[in-house]
Amino acid sequence: MERTQHVVARARAAFTSGRSRSLEFRIQQLKALERMVQEKEKQILAALHADLHKSGPNAYSHEILGVLGELALVMEKLPSWAAPQPVKKNLMTMRDEAYINFEPLGVVLIIGAWNYPFVLVMQPLIGAIAAGNAVVVKPSEVSENTAKLVADLLPQYLDQELYPVVTGGVPETTELLTQRFDHILYTGNSAVGKIVMAAAAKHLTPVTLELGGKSPCYIDKDCDLAVACRRITWGKYMNCGQTCIAPDYILCDPSIQSQVVENIKATLQEFYGEDVKSSPDYERIVNKRHFRRVMGLLEGQKIAHGGESDEASCFIAPTILTDVSPDSKVMEEEIFGPVLPIVTVKSVEEAIDFINSREKPLALYVFSNNKKLIRRVISETSSGGLTGNDVLMHSVVPGLPFGGVGNSGMGAYHGRYSFETFSHRRACLIKDLKMEVVNKLRYPPGSQEKVDL
Amino acid sequence: NPYAGLVSHLRASWLSGKTRPMEYRMAQLEALGRFLDEKKQEILEATDLDMGKPSFEAYFTEVLLCKNELNVTLNNLSHWMKDEHVDKNLVTQLDSAFIRKDPYGVVLIIAPWNYPIHLFLVPLIGAIAAGNCVIVKPSEISKNTERLVAETLSCYLDDDCFAVVTGGVQETTWLLENKFDYIFFTGSPSVGRIVMTAAAKHLTPVTLELGGKNPCYVSDTCDVPNVARRVVWGRFFNAGQTCIAPDYLLCSLEMQEKLMPALREAITEFFGPNPKESPDFGRIVGDKQFQRVRKLLCSGRVAIGGQTDEAERYIAPTILADVQPSDPAMQEEIFGPILPIVVVANMDEAIDFINARPRPLAVYAFSCDSKVVNQVLERTSSGGFCGNDTLMHLTLSSLPFGGIGNSGLGKYHGKFTFDTFSHHRGCLHRNMGLEALNAPRYPPYTQQKLGLLTATFEVKRRGVCTLL
Repeated sequence: MERTQHVVARARAAFTSGRSRSLEFRIQQLKALERMVQEKEKQILAALHADLHKSGPNAYSHEILGVLGELALVMEKLPSWAAPQPVKKNLMTMRDEAYINFEPLGVVLIIGAWNYPFVLVMQPLIGAIAAGNAVVVKPSEVSENTAKLVADLLPQYLDQELYPVVTGGVPETTELLTQRFDHILYTGNSAVGKIVMAAAAKHLTPVTLELGGKSPCYIDKDCDLAVACRRITWGKYMNCGQTCIAPDYILCDPSIQSQVVENIKATLQEFYGEDVKSSPDYERIVNKRHFRRVMGLLEGQKIAHGGESDEASCFIAPTILTDVSPDSKVMEEEIFGPVLPIVTVKSVEEAIDFINSREKPLALYVFSNNKKLIRRVISETSSGGLTGNDVLMHSVVPGLPFGGVGNSGMGAYHGRYSFETFSHRRACLIKDLKMEVVNKLRYPPGSQEKVDL
Repeated sequence: NPYAGLVSHLRASWLSGKTRPMEYRMAQLEALGRFLDEKKQEILEATDLDMGKPSFEAYFTEVLLCKNELNVTLNNLSHWMKDEHVDKNLVTQLDSAFIRKDPYGVVLIIAPWNYPIHLFLVPLIGAIAAGNCVIVKPSEISKNTERLVAETLSCYLDDDCFAVVTGGVQETTWLLENKFDYIFFTGSPSVGRIVMTAAAKHLTPVTLELGGKNPCYVSDTCDVPNVARRVVWGRFFNAGQTCIAPDYLLCSLEMQEKLMPALREAITEFFGPNPKESPDFGRIVGDKQFQRVRKLLCSGRVAIGGQTDEAERYIAPTILADVQPSDPAMQEEIFGPILPIVVVANMDEAIDFINARPRPLAVYAFSCDSKVVNQVLERTSSGGFCGNDTLMHLTLSSLPFGGIGNSGLGKYHGKFTFDTFSHHRGCLHRNMGLEALNAPRYPPYTQQKLGLLTATFEVKRRGVCTLL
């Protein structure tokens, strides 16, 4: 436990020394990260496979491609992002220098999650380094192979004092959270999000919380069902459903429910073949505890497809439930597994009311040929982000902020938003010590003429 | 909970969509403008009763600055509300990618007593502009202004969507037990912690505008009379009860000697030989605060001022010389008309002094040498910075106003207020056709598909020639 105090203190001393601030240093560290990802690709993919049964091309496209892209984007843009931003002046400040200075916050804590264990520490880390901070990285202990790898690799490539990795479980994280940080970015669930924010409150530490919830997916009668279902199948069963922005459940008219089921079944065949369990592209539930949790959600449900499982290998087949009741257990918590409930609604109004009567989700999906309907859903609901006519994709657009709202989180990152999240925007006004005559207007004694001026 | 009904009434109004149309928001904002125009006299009177606020100051901060924020907002609202289209990558090239500014829902604004209209009204402008329903909780300490706001604001705003709640610690605690979609708090760091802890229970995002001790460094090369005037103005405005007032001065022994007559001259110029009789010098807001500030006089030696009158809650504009870091005046934010001078050997010592302490809301540096000003700026950290003047960075609404560390989190003013009270929602509207383009992402995964995916998703470094 003392070790965490020591590690954080060392990071703070390293930050205070000022060496993380120069652009050259930051880019040098980011280049080192890039080398690390390129040189250790095999080890990273092996760790991801050990933790989640992710196949090579899959793991590469979900965890490595994004990281390399983020590194390239940040290294490209950093000089322009970090440059002081002049602002519009008013009459009184016309002769002055007025600008926003982007400054590091200090020592940042990043707490990763287990479902995309590499990218969910790397992407925030990239932003935090780019903004000039020291960073303490706490990967999730649930994805233990990736955690161990990150703990081994980062010190080999990065400044060891500025960017330490702390491993461990709940006790270590609790201890870490008693320390003072200048920003905390946490990815995980809402219950722990509250704990993180309460701990941060003691030090008045700003937080970015990337949480979750049940991301609804509304399928309008007027849409190309085959295409819609293919896209939904991709996003739902990717990583065995363990994706924070996966479409959690479907809302659609009862008249198309069976067509939806048939289309998804056909797509599943296309993706994973006859025997899903032997497809190298289908992942596993991360551990037994989550396996049992997800299986428990199937109780009492009408299984239209799937339902097979094997506890020993934490395998749960891609599963579809139909005519699900809004009050059932599977509709209470975020599923985070390969189980797709379909809840029928008679109209888009009903769908909107249904969505609005629940906590604000991290993502919202709507499929329709009718642009007006999509615009209506956007305008009448709230969510972290949204994709129309597809799933997940808003999270890969570099110009869009990625974050939640309400129970699904606060703050955002990715690209420039990471840089801004981890920077302090300091207002700077530099005046002339002369030109005092202009100031006389504001000094006492006050008079009506001065007021009128 | 006594406020649960009110909160759910406002939430129902918000869910009805009433606050969404731009016309509605503009109408409410224009009503706020009428509030400021029609109740101007009452505002000047209430703040005079509350803390002897000079009418010049009250007009400037409580009316004029608020109207400026209102006009900036009214002039720009339609532009701010528009979807912001963003850069796309190759794979999303044919799609529509934009940031939608969504209101949060029901927000809470808790205001302090020192600028009792400004510090609820400016956040309120942004909250309304962003389409939220709002509960305003003015400070019970500035009780005349509290009564004015509670009695008159509802005559201007739609009471389906906007409410004023009055009360003290108990009422605020009850209020904070409810779930809000955003909380904006201005006040002390200790209460800021309480607010954020309460917000954490509901995962409510917050902006905390707090305080601290704002240092003011005066270098040896400077125009002494101008420095003295600007510092005196910033320190004694509102009898020192300003979150960004220069809290203490750092300078060399030599400069302390030079400054003293200039400071005395500026005080006399502004407030006359007996500031107690000047209509332009305020009073401490309450007895408790008066007692607290008066105790701080036992620091260093009183070089100018030091007189007090408990009945009037008057403390004279006071300069304390030779103050030690261990003195009472250096232990807490002063928030009164007392300016301690702490002697340092040079700029480096001043910077170290500042950096050894919690990060303040503002740092000030005075020098004719711009290199000195820039050094102080670059080697310290604070909410905001003003070189060669005090307070003025607050009046430029294009600059974000907020703290860092103990002095707060978040920022506002101008567009920053609108952004504070909006959820920036990343939206991607794709085409249902062109499904062939999606093929590389679907299982079964192959190296070949990966190659295609890489080509369409990858961000390449500019200047890296792929032919080589």
